[in-house]
Amino acid sequence: MIANLGYGALVITLLVSVFGTGAAYYGARNNKHAWVASARNATLLTFPLVTISALSIIYLLVTNDYQVDYVASVTSNSMPFYLKVTALWGGQPGSLVFWSWLMSAFASAVTLRKWERDQEFLPWVVIVTLVTLGFFLILSIFFENPFTRLWQTAGGQITSAMLQPSGSIPYTPLDGSGLNPLLRHPGMIIHPPMLYLGFVSFVIPYAFAIAALITGRTDDRWIRITRRWTLVAWLFLSLGLILGGRWAYDVLGWGGYWGWDPVEIAAFMPWLTGTAFLHSVMTQEKRGLLKHWNMILIILTYELVIFGTFLTRSGVLSSVHAFAQSAIGPFFFAFMGLTFIVSLSLLLKRWNTLKAQTQMNSLLSREALFLLNNLLFMGILVVCFWGVIFPLISEIFTGQKVTVGPPFYERATAPLFAGLLLLMGVAPLAAWRYSSAKTLGRAIWKPFIASLLVVALVLIGGIRNWAALLGFWLSAFVAAVTLYEFWRGAMARRRRSGESFPLALWHLAGRNRRRYGGYIIHLGVVLMAIGIIGIEIFQTETQGTIARGEQLSLGDYTVSFDSLAVFDTADGRNVARAVVSVERDGQYLGELYPRRDYYYESQQPMTIPGVRSTWEDDFYILLVDWQPISSAGATFKIYHNPLVNWLWLGGFVFIFGTLVAAWPDKDPEKRRVTARSASHATAKA
Amino acid sequence: MFKIRSLHLFILMVLAAGLFAAVEVTEIVQAQEQGPQAPTDDQVNAVAKQLYCPVCENIPLDVCPTQACSQWRELIREKLAAGWTEDEIKNYFVAQYGDRVLATPPASGLNWLVYIIPPLAIIGGIYILYRALQAWKRPAEDQGGEEQPQPEFDEDYVARIEDELRQRQQKS
Repeated sequence: MIANLGYGALVITLLVSVFGTGAAYYGARNNKHAWVASARNATLLTFPLVTISALSIIYLLVTNDYQVDYVASVTSNSMPFYLKVTALWGGQPGSLVFWSWLMSAFASAVTLRKWERDQEFLPWVVIVTLVTLGFFLILSIFFENPFTRLWQTAGGQITSAMLQPSGSIPYTPLDGSGLNPLLRHPGMIIHPPMLYLGFVSFVIPYAFAIAALITGRTDDRWIRITRRWTLVAWLFLSLGLILGGRWAYDVLGWGGYWGWDPVEIAAFMPWLTGTAFLHSVMTQEKRGLLKHWNMILIILTYELVIFGTFLTRSGVLSSVHAFAQSAIGPFFFAFMGLTFIVSLSLLLKRWNTLKAQTQMNSLLSREALFLLNNLLFMGILVVCFWGVIFPLISEIFTGQKVTVGPPFYERATAPLFAGLLLLMGVAPLAAWRYSSAKTLGRAIWKPFIASLLVVALVLIGGIRNWAALLGFWLSAFVAAVTLYEFWRGAMARRRRSGESFPLALWHLAGRNRRRYGGYIIHLGVVLMAIGIIGIEIFQTETQGTIARGEQLSLGDYTVSFDSLAVFDTADGRNVARAVVSVERDGQYLGELYPRRDYYYESQQPMTIPGVRSTWEDDFYILLVDWQPISSAGATFKIYHNPLVNWLWLGGFVFIFGTLVAAWPDKDPEKRRVTARSASHATAKA
Repeated sequence: MFKIRSLHLFILMVLAAGLFAAVEVTEIVQAQEQGPQAPTDDQVNAVAKQLYCPVCENIPLDVCPTQACSQWRELIREKLAAGWTEDEIKNYFVAQYGDRVLATPPASGLNWLVYIIPPLAIIGGIYILYRALQAWKRPAEDQGGEEQPQPEFDEDYVARIEDELRQRQQKS
């Protein structure tokens, strides 16, 4: 019953979307406002409808309705309530409905904005969002239906279908197979919604870009409208990536945070084009340049969002066969191809009206450096995209499967990331329009000297690895430039207004939040870079099998194996938990409890590290193996991860900076009115 | 007009970006002597780190918790104990299970593409950027006297005019 309700709601939403698309098109072409208004209402209706569908799934999940195939595959009796709710995005069919839910929410939100000055965009924005929503609804209705139920045919076979096959009886398993244990971590519960929010909100700037191309209103109005949408999209995507990294570090048990897995890269690619876009739109706003390029970037971001959604849950890139067998693969690619071709044709149609009104005057100007920044981001994108699809290409042409693993990505992207850091230090000091070596040099020399001092300190500290020295220098340079910018701005303000320094700093950032929010983000990146240098270059590891009471050493650290217990838990796990004591230079630091959880339902093991975390380093120990009679000993793997906490701190600063930049301003219309009435008042007086 | 010096500096920066792309970040390889006696876990892991089993996608062998991978590690241990070198062991696994066990494709045949395309794309990007800058530069030179700043198009100001015009229309 509830399953039928949820399914019916999806079908009705699809019909409403089709109607909305048609009505918006008809209204725009024939200038009939009533039709456009109707399309807008249709968009508003999609949200409550998909909400019904999503709530139906959640209801089925929490009531353990195992006759529903999806429920049986992602939950089980032993799972707590909150995990059952979040199992909505624990598998592909539920995730797609979740996607549609967010899409309908964003589509509704955008139609509720004030459209007075941009009436001509409305129908096209409605069309783009509804077509995207419709695509995902079709996937849910025809290919990945979360509401199909299990039936037992007369022959005793179990089939999954929406409608009862003739001669069959309903089949309800006693228990479900449970959510993948790897996905039961808090990071993994918040991580997918964040990524999806990021994905979905990037559809909005794309919709406006397409509307601008279709209506021919190709000035930078669409960019100004969508500036905040883009930042919000970027915020969620960044948050999703950072949480994903933390989850990997806590749960996957390989002492790292990023494994260059295709699924990770799938989420990273739209972030790359989105970041390039965020920088390059400023060039268009300030200088009227790069109009074509911004269109290309947002179109690419949209396609990568669709591609990312597809990759994240399907696993089809693992082989050509998996791709061919998955029902939705070809459909996804057809949709991507179609939207890409349509977008590019629209862009070509408007190519001439998008020509720049101004010229690039100086190769050291901010806009020229932003171009270089875009080049590097695109370079990283090419590496990622190529690395992800190459195994498929190889299999198609030679039949030989290959792995493109972390060494490829690390070698290819590390120099590009270093280049980006360098630009992050130089570009904020370069002026828009015109900047010469002399002016730039005058601005740069103080932070440059400061950064060299840091390198000297690092050298004195005994570090000789040149890659690390380069990395630390770049980080110090960016940090010095950014802090210097804050200091300079606040001092200038203080001189003018006589405010105290902290107050001046506060007002400075408040007045130009986009700029100073951006600088805070840069500082976050620096902190993350320090953490990444620490763990990538200075990580050490060792593994050994030791008997109870014996010790294993890594660097200054010594760990002794105290005891091990194996027991079953009420929630269906078999836990092997070791107790070890950690010492550093003979000083006792405390106990750690690395363990291995084995989930009976899903027959999956999970390695949970014991971690002692400080600003200096993480001591990270894994229980790899143990003898049934524990006195014989156990195998431990130890990682020493220097500076890794700076990575997570950087993540916080990064998100904080994005919030500063994206925080809503006072309504600009209102502000103008206040300013005007104030000036009137002065004039009258 | 472009200042020659700024052109030089810009080219230098492009070159610096390219230079970064050309060098590799050296990996810290644990220097460990491999003796004929029983190999340590660290020696086994040093080899296993570079291998991927065909079943567990994208998880290097040294950290993979599955039973199959654990057996592979034992195999590596036996081979090391028998005095095999790292390359011999890697070749053995490649012969048994194909190129996919290696972390990166061997640079032969079609696989060359995996290494060539990204640098080519970046060089192509630099070229496009160079051409675009040339194109933007030219009209600027034609006009001469590029030093005077051009009046900036102020969106807020235009919006205000639009508002006021609309209000006027409404009043009349």
